[in-house]
Amino acid sequence: MRPYTVAPLAVFALLVFVLGLYLWQVGSGKKDISQLPSAMIEKAVPQFVLPPIAVTEINTLGLKTSDLRDKVSLVNIWASWCPPCRLEHPTLMALAKEGVTIYGLNYRDKPYDALNFLKILGNPYKQIGADSNGRVAIEWGVYGYPETFVVDATGQIRYRHVGPIYSGQLDSIIRPLLNRVSK
Amino acid sequence: MIVRLATLLLLIVSPSSAMEPDEILADRSLETRARIISKELRCVVCQNQSIDDSDAPLARDLRMLVRNRLKLGDTNEEAIDFVAKRYGDFVLLRPPFQASTLLLWVGPALILILGFFIITRWYRRQAKLRTFGVRSLSPDQRTRVDSLLSKHDDQ
Repeated sequence: MRPYTVAPLAVFALLVFVLGLYLWQVGSGKKDISQLPSAMIEKAVPQFVLPPIAVTEINTLGLKTSDLRDKVSLVNIWASWCPPCRLEHPTLMALAKEGVTIYGLNYRDKPYDALNFLKILGNPYKQIGADSNGRVAIEWGVYGYPETFVVDATGQIRYRHVGPIYSGQLDSIIRPLLNRVSK
Repeated sequence: MIVRLATLLLLIVSPSSAMEPDEILADRSLETRARIISKELRCVVCQNQSIDDSDAPLARDLRMLVRNRLKLGDTNEEAIDFVAKRYGDFVLLRPPFQASTLLLWVGPALILILGFFIITRWYRRQAKLRTFGVRSLSPDQRTRVDSLLSKHDDQ
């Protein structure tokens, strides 16, 4: 075949391959283009100390870096004003019931709003730190709420999940991950 | 009248920002640096805007963060690096020039050059065809032409 027939065909084939690959990856959910890869994966948990939620009815104990070692845990960034956080809450309750340690970072919330949220929906969190100005969340590289981080027993961040954890994703993503990280 | 019109036009075309008055630093030079840096950082929520342009709460937080870092004495690079360490290279509106982004930087120029070559070759081919006015000869026809010409030369 003549070069000037082959060249456009070759370019076309290349485009089909590259774009088809991309389409396949996105379509099958392998690559979620809205999820930013976290810059904190395989890095140590940032240094932070957060006070408990400022209410007297319950003591959420606050949260600090040294709490996040010696066991695999989830750190969930949430707020009462965040509707997807409500969506994923039953999933978190289920995980907590199975014995998974979940820590909460209450992001830019009013104490009594947060309290009511927990009262109505239940409290899956072993400890909650109140990040009222959101600065600690920035240290974690948080940009969308809710976000959930998986932290291993050495205090290293292993995975970040952006958006609510739907019940389907428990089995497809979270549980296998927790298994893998526990080893 | 002209001055008023000119001012109005200038205000319309000059770039706007999502900044609020309480974010502006008192120190002029720090504030200018902060604006420059903000324009180079992507708002991760509204991903096509810089944090200077974006109205998102996170953008505001990051603008304040940048200003705090500058007040603490960071250089421009250090402040940008501070954010990039937490949010990844995606937050840099000007991607770093490194091995993984080589194709990104060089790609468009490469494709332009490639396209240039393809088009010039195509034009030259078209020019050749136009001069001769016929399609190229097939090997069969070529042999016949050669034999006819050589017969002619012999005579």
